[in-house]
Amino acid sequence: MNFGFTEEQDLLRQEVRKFLDAHAPMEAVRKLAETPEGFSRELWKQMGELGWLGLTIPEAHGGAGLGMVDLVVVLEETGRTLFPSPLLATTLAAAAIRDAGSEAQQARWLPRLADGSTIGTIALQEAGDRFDPAGVRLAGRRVGKDWLLAGDKVQVLDGAAADLLVVAFRTGAGDGEIALGVVERGAAGLTVEATPSIDGTRRVARVRCDGVRVAADALLGGAGTGAPALARLLDRAAAAAAAETIGAAEGALRLTVDYARERVQFGSPIGRFQGVKHPLAEMYVDVESFKSLLYYAAWCLDQGDPEAARFVSMAKAYAGEAFARIGIDGVQLHGGVGYTWEYDIQMYLKRSKWARAAFGDPDHHYDRVARLRTEAR
Amino acid sequence: MDFHLTPEEEAFRAEVRAFLDELLPPGTNAMDPKFVANWQRRVREKRWVGFSWPQEVGGGGGSIMQQVILKEEMAKRKAPPLGACFMGLAWVGPAIVEYGTGAQKQRFIPDILDGKYQWCTGYSEPGSGSDLASLQCRAVKDGDQYVVNGQKIWTSIAMWSKWMILLVRTGPPATGDNKHDGITCLLVEMETPGITVRPIRNMSGGAMFAEVFFDDVRVPVEHRLGEEGQGWKVTVSALAHERSSIAEVEGLLRKLDELVELAEKSVKNGRPALADDGVRRRIARFETRIEAMRMNGMRFLTQQLKGEPLGAETSINKLHRAELEVEMGDLALEIQGSAGHLEKEVDGGRWQRFALSWPEVVIGGGTPNIQRNIIAERVLGLPKD
Repeated sequence: MNFGFTEEQDLLRQEVRKFLDAHAPMEAVRKLAETPEGFSRELWKQMGELGWLGLTIPEAHGGAGLGMVDLVVVLEETGRTLFPSPLLATTLAAAAIRDAGSEAQQARWLPRLADGSTIGTIALQEAGDRFDPAGVRLAGRRVGKDWLLAGDKVQVLDGAAADLLVVAFRTGAGDGEIALGVVERGAAGLTVEATPSIDGTRRVARVRCDGVRVAADALLGGAGTGAPALARLLDRAAAAAAAETIGAAEGALRLTVDYARERVQFGSPIGRFQGVKHPLAEMYVDVESFKSLLYYAAWCLDQGDPEAARFVSMAKAYAGEAFARIGIDGVQLHGGVGYTWEYDIQMYLKRSKWARAAFGDPDHHYDRVARLRTEAR
Repeated sequence: MDFHLTPEEEAFRAEVRAFLDELLPPGTNAMDPKFVANWQRRVREKRWVGFSWPQEVGGGGGSIMQQVILKEEMAKRKAPPLGACFMGLAWVGPAIVEYGTGAQKQRFIPDILDGKYQWCTGYSEPGSGSDLASLQCRAVKDGDQYVVNGQKIWTSIAMWSKWMILLVRTGPPATGDNKHDGITCLLVEMETPGITVRPIRNMSGGAMFAEVFFDDVRVPVEHRLGEEGQGWKVTVSALAHERSSIAEVEGLLRKLDELVELAEKSVKNGRPALADDGVRRRIARFETRIEAMRMNGMRFLTQQLKGEPLGAETSINKLHRAELEVEMGDLALEIQGSAGHLEKEVDGGRWQRFALSWPEVVIGGGTPNIQRNIIAERVLGLPKD
């Protein structure tokens, strides 16, 4: 029994932290957030060279062949300073192709995702925010061996920057009649429209499909059998978002603790007052706790353990709920300066609004936990 | 990260399970005195009573992982306690093993393992609750005896105990930073003249704890545990043995199962309460916190297995436990609707008793606000109050 990270994972964490400290301190993150594209192509290239983009891509396809637990380490660190990049999106696109794609499809796309020459994303979500197969309404129409897609996807991570999109669509009216297809930038009928977020470090887009063609060789797995692959992808996405949330929540907690130690009122650092220190203690309890759940969820995903779904949902529900609270309390404990653009804490508050809803909000995941419990009885 | 057990650990788990299969077949009445006597004899033979203690003193010498496995399997099966002397096994015994003289070990340890009588714990005082180190109960040395005067309170099972582990002040009065000095630990026989025990009735109507008064109570110096003035150290190290979050988790999960059953048979808005989204989500939230406790416990365990001592982290699970005890009992009564306040209408009143007994867990051993102080000061580095 060992619930800790390996020496290699600790080294990876140090490496990522050092890189981000050197190239993307908060001032740099703020500058990137103001640029049209929202991230640095130069740093992206370096991340590819360092092997972080292909972390979970098989070695045969240019990646490092590591698992979700390793990815958690990297995402925690990029979350800490809200580092903006299409890392999360690209990693999830690669995961979908690796999970559901044929050997030929993997060979076709994964090496380019691993070195960063292709930016990928997943386009799953539609208006109405349902994170299950029934939430996929974007219609596929069969034309010979190909499929023509019609419909919209929303809040597509880094959609505007993406060269490649893994799109979930409907192949029939039946519950599980879902497929995942790969669509590349510039495809006829594809429109991508950036939808600005209150969080400038997180870019999302609306994707419109008007007769976009998914050729037979771009269909991941068979037509109408995509529901289980979609479910696995959603679990992976929820876990990855929660992993980033660990870092972000710790970042917000650290900022607020530092402020509470420095800010003097009534002749004492405000961190001496229980009205300040208790909410900070609660933040710590929450972060450590959803962190434990998420680490175990990641391990279950790597092992193919059937507990993965329950633990992903528990971790995501708890993370979404706790980080939202941390964002609000963090701003409040800063007092007036927390309201200013100048102080960083507000950036975490904004990120928490994305993190809570991304890939299923707490209600969605608690409902799933309740359902899994009922089914197990 | 690897949650698999070694073959030896798996073998030990199988041994525990086989034992429980044999002794606890379905339908066992765990209250039957004959069963209890046989159970205690058999677990004692296995050396599972005092399993973590060294074998030299009669313990089981179990490894940390074996202790975890044993506790987990026992809790899963709702097995009766291992041994009968609760506080003796939980912290008095470990303190005697660590700080006791040869004579003290010989005299007390076998009795604790055999569950011959109960121990109680004389720590809290009317003026020293959360701020335990400010205690004032005084002992003055008179030849080969200490003469004790003062009062203790919240002493669980004092009225049924033969011995008490007692903290007294032997040094100068408590002042500021030096209040931990001058505290001494004594082992006191409850039948000693000058001791008066007065049970306190709690809000559930029962009486588990008492006030204990000391009026010129004479305690032989040979019954001092550790050196004079070292009582705080003895106490802190003794309470560090109080860590069983894995067993706690199993207990809470069983309680959650019962809550789900209650929600299934209770009616809310004309349908089972379990079909109500609000109720379902609250239950799922409980499950999430309980599993978080389990996984936190696993992370702490990994730290212990690496030989790193645990610090303030354990306050995390104490806070979860406190919230769960209060909230689960409260939801149970809420689900019962307007019958929730009736004494014995639903399930013989077991949920009412549960919902009125949380302070035992939540207040005892440090209130939630004290746990938050501990985390804020020792982990987050905020200034002390």
